[in-house]
Amino acid sequence: MSDTGSDLQAEGGHGAVPTRDVPATESTAAGAAAARRDWPLWEVFVRSRRGLSHNHVGSLHAPDAPMALRNARDVYTRRMEGVSIWVIPAASIVASSPDEKDPFFDPAADKAYRHPTFYDIPAEVQHL
Amino acid sequence: MTTSATTSPLATYALRLGDDALVLAQRLAEWSAKAPELEEDVALTNIGLDLLGQARALLSYAGEVEGKGRDEDSLAFLREERDFLNVQLVEQPNGDFAQTIARQLFFSSWQLAVYDGLTSSADDTIAAVAAKGVKEVAYHHDHAVQWTLRLGDGTSESHQRMQAGLDRMWPFVEELFVSDEVEASLTEQGVAVDVSTLRTEWEETVGAVLAEATLEPPDASWTARGGRDGIHSESFGYLLAEMQHLHRSHPGARW
Repeated sequence: MSDTGSDLQAEGGHGAVPTRDVPATESTAAGAAAARRDWPLWEVFVRSRRGLSHNHVGSLHAPDAPMALRNARDVYTRRMEGVSIWVIPAASIVASSPDEKDPFFDPAADKAYRHPTFYDIPAEVQHL
Repeated sequence: MTTSATTSPLATYALRLGDDALVLAQRLAEWSAKAPELEEDVALTNIGLDLLGQARALLSYAGEVEGKGRDEDSLAFLREERDFLNVQLVEQPNGDFAQTIARQLFFSSWQLAVYDGLTSSADDTIAAVAAKGVKEVAYHHDHAVQWTLRLGDGTSESHQRMQAGLDRMWPFVEELFVSDEVEASLTEQGVAVDVSTLRTEWEETVGAVLAEATLEPPDASWTARGGRDGIHSESFGYLLAEMQHLHRSHPGARW
């Protein structure tokens, strides 16, 4: 059949294999890899049950927000892990810098009184 | 030789729906580890697994109704090409990603309407399979729509490929809406859906997607027929060989 064009390698039982990736503009391996990187990175948060908060579960690539949400559904909730998904462009996350680790976190190190460890807990209280 | 003439209409009907799902599941599995992106790899094979689940339920039921002791495995792996009753659309080769999406768009739009109707089938098993499947297929349809919009209204390359995919699959659409005596008798009993009544809605749904995606509705110079009677296209034998060879080489092999 001529209708599938010359840019297919094989037809039949193994399926026709595109020699170029759909979003790629160049046919070299490096070009294809570069085109893949053009899809932005998204961070995925899943809420596993009502009443719990969303937890970060991983990241993925997607061309835009609606597709990121769908990809997250397929990649991260296949085994009934969630009831709600957030996707956030990784570029939008403002992260603390490793260089600022000391001023950011060290001052809390010697303030043990901030931990709730100075109370007597009645024996009847469970799961605390 | 086709066996459909000797079996009950209900068994034939379940086999048709089951074969549609089974064959498309096999095609989608061919994308495993080959899709343009890891995320799409998972999406397409997920869709395939949904369809495989539907196929298992429907083939098991077909075997049960038929009453000749054939289970889902013997129906899937031990029938010859002429005994498969799927529409030719689902057996068409994957081609490039756009061609696969075109096939998904056409088939899922149809399957969604069929399953939606079958949720109120007079046959409890068919109704139960449809009730579970309709949620799965709604997602398959959404996936195909999203990609049709992005490829059609994307770059000139993606637009051209999406249009080519639609043109490639279009001749196989007609067959989706051909009703026959098997379906007519079951429709009378409230078991089946008369597919000929679904065409207008299908054309409106698909037409709206194509318009938004800046794609042209294809014009078919010919139309495929015969899948429901066991007539298949050239590539189908290769698909069956790959799907069946393990079971035939190692009867009863288990994972």
